[in-house]
Amino acid sequence: MENAMNERRVISVIVLNESSVLARVTSLFAARGYNIASLTVAPIPDSEMSHITIETNGSAKVMEQITKQLHKLIPVYKVIEHEEMVEKEMVLVKFPITEHLSDIGALCAAYNGGIANVGKEMIIAMVADEPVRIQHFIEAAQRYNPYEIVRGGVVAIER
Amino acid sequence: MQMSGAQMVCEAIIAEGVKTVFGYPGGAIMHVYDEIYKQEGFEHILNRHEQAAVHAADGYARATGEVGVAMVTSGPGFTNAVTGLATAYMDSIPMVVISGQVPLSLIGTDGFQEIDAVGISRPCTKHNFLVRSLEELPRLLKEAFYIARSGRPGPVLIDIPKDITVDIGEFVYPDSVNIPTYKPTYKGNKKQIEKAVEAMKKAKKPLLYIGGGSVLSNASDLVRELAEKTQIPTVETLMARGVMGAKNPLLLGMLGMHGNYASNMAMSETDLVISLGARFDDRVTGKLSEFAKYADIIHVDIDAANIGKLVDVDYPIVGDVTEVLEAMLPLLDGIDTDRFQAWREILKRYDELHPQSYVDSDDVIKPQWAIERIGELVGENAIITSDVGQHQMWAAQHYPFDRPRQWINSGGLGTMGFGFPAALGAKKAFPDKTVINVTGDGSILMNMQELVTAAEYKIPVINLILNNHFLGMVRQWQTFFYEKRYSETDLTFQPNWKALAEACGGIGYDVTTKEEFDAAIKDAIAQDKVCFMNVAVNRFENVLPMVPAGGALFNMMLPQKGEK
Repeated sequence: MENAMNERRVISVIVLNESSVLARVTSLFAARGYNIASLTVAPIPDSEMSHITIETNGSAKVMEQITKQLHKLIPVYKVIEHEEMVEKEMVLVKFPITEHLSDIGALCAAYNGGIANVGKEMIIAMVADEPVRIQHFIEAAQRYNPYEIVRGGVVAIER
Repeated sequence: MQMSGAQMVCEAIIAEGVKTVFGYPGGAIMHVYDEIYKQEGFEHILNRHEQAAVHAADGYARATGEVGVAMVTSGPGFTNAVTGLATAYMDSIPMVVISGQVPLSLIGTDGFQEIDAVGISRPCTKHNFLVRSLEELPRLLKEAFYIARSGRPGPVLIDIPKDITVDIGEFVYPDSVNIPTYKPTYKGNKKQIEKAVEAMKKAKKPLLYIGGGSVLSNASDLVRELAEKTQIPTVETLMARGVMGAKNPLLLGMLGMHGNYASNMAMSETDLVISLGARFDDRVTGKLSEFAKYADIIHVDIDAANIGKLVDVDYPIVGDVTEVLEAMLPLLDGIDTDRFQAWREILKRYDELHPQSYVDSDDVIKPQWAIERIGELVGENAIITSDVGQHQMWAAQHYPFDRPRQWINSGGLGTMGFGFPAALGAKKAFPDKTVINVTGDGSILMNMQELVTAAEYKIPVINLILNNHFLGMVRQWQTFFYEKRYSETDLTFQPNWKALAEACGGIGYDVTTKEEFDAAIKDAIAQDKVCFMNVAVNRFENVLPMVPAGGALFNMMLPQKGEK
């Protein structure tokens, strides 16, 4: 058995836009005991399909079952287990207004982001980058005492 | 043509060629029932419980190979139907269940008798729909039947809000279905089939492993042809009983937890498994790491997700068993059948050492004897349904099944209460055949209200109650694995079966001797009425051989020779 029991994977699922299709996909994961680390979904422009990106983990065998079981769902058009892809994730972070705006701005710039909003009591930063870099950004942001961090989940596209 | 949603439902059922619908009305589906009252295109059977209605549709589908149809109302009507859906789902039975739903405007308000039918049935249907408008109703009805019967078959639920059944609109029933995301694969990959055939020619100890998919695919003739042509020994799963025919010398019997010695040893020693529509259920494989551990595996299955799910497969072939065998058979011309002679001899010797047997008694009826006896008395012309438990395994082991669809039981879900209503469905489909539900004193109580249904509609099925005053299979496990602590399995208190049957419009027999047994069966067939045939059998008889759960197939508990 390969030494990759819990390897991180990203799957794209292209589905027909019909009611409760997202529930079908997620309940398949729940019913079979598969984990979802993150999930994003939105309609594909000019089509009747939606693109679901699921970040999950498991062995090659588990991934094979996930892929095959997803394929069996009637509204599923295509399942892509990414080999080569561009992955991005967005995160919004709310900092106290007392933190240095320019420091936060510089940090965000280093991770392909910037200040999205500044109010009377808070600074909101937005960063969109590779998921692993998002993790690094969140770690670095800790020193500025963030109130709240909202990750958006991975979106991916094949190269 | 302008018509109501309710009329559309009836027209679709007629267009799909369904002759019998099983169901139970209620508030949300009353408009459809109002149309049923007026139409003459199909018969409706009023079961006395929604679960039974779905099982009856299931029995009809298993006996005929056609789509079974059941109809229920919203809320409790639907939730009662869930066990039926799950039963059909686990065994891949083509079925359409039509449920009423509260009006669109009330959905999500916790309205009276509202339940999220689509949400609840998602894990136990092949697909399900909540109809959102009258315009899409004809298309969804068509799709429901198409999805149910195509690819790997399964139950489909179509949930229709009450107001849609009242609305009037244009009805055009589509001729064909186009679901761009759903294209089942029927033909197996040619190269893979060629490779599999080469493996078969090179094998020394090959074994055909026949599953329920062979029945669903109507592939019995081709499976027999394959066995004859190659002279490869064959084992059947519980769901495949009858595919090879009981008298076929190439058939070793059933394998798995209650499989016979030769079958399980064959699987343990084979060097090439040729699996046709079997899904490697844990009741078949036993301990996975010991299952067919010396073998390469050819796995033919229409469901790609079944392949490699539990065991690693060397020759995966995604496709319909019939289509794959049609492609495979010509490639096997000239195969050297003598090559497997030594293998066949070994297995024959295994069968002689430990045949499927039991020790009969003159003092008490043995359940195995009862099964064999009905085989002798009604044999080929009968359809046998069963509930779940010891009686089910004895029937599977000892009845001489000659053809597929002769044996109807709940294999995957193991649903007690399945047998009687399924027998009603089978008898409606084949009124000229003797239909016997082999059941136990525990199982029959779970849907015994169907006595009333059977009596009203004159559906004369025979319920053969192998009565050991126990939940027999649980008692057996308690004997072996719980030091005989018979916790809540003693069913000493019983109804008066004969009186019960008579009270509901049927007939009853109390049987304690072999003479009475013969007389009762013959009388039941002659009387042509639904009956309870209450047969007192040996209380502590066990189903053997047995592979303890999780054990290796070759570690069987065997009957002691001469044990009574």
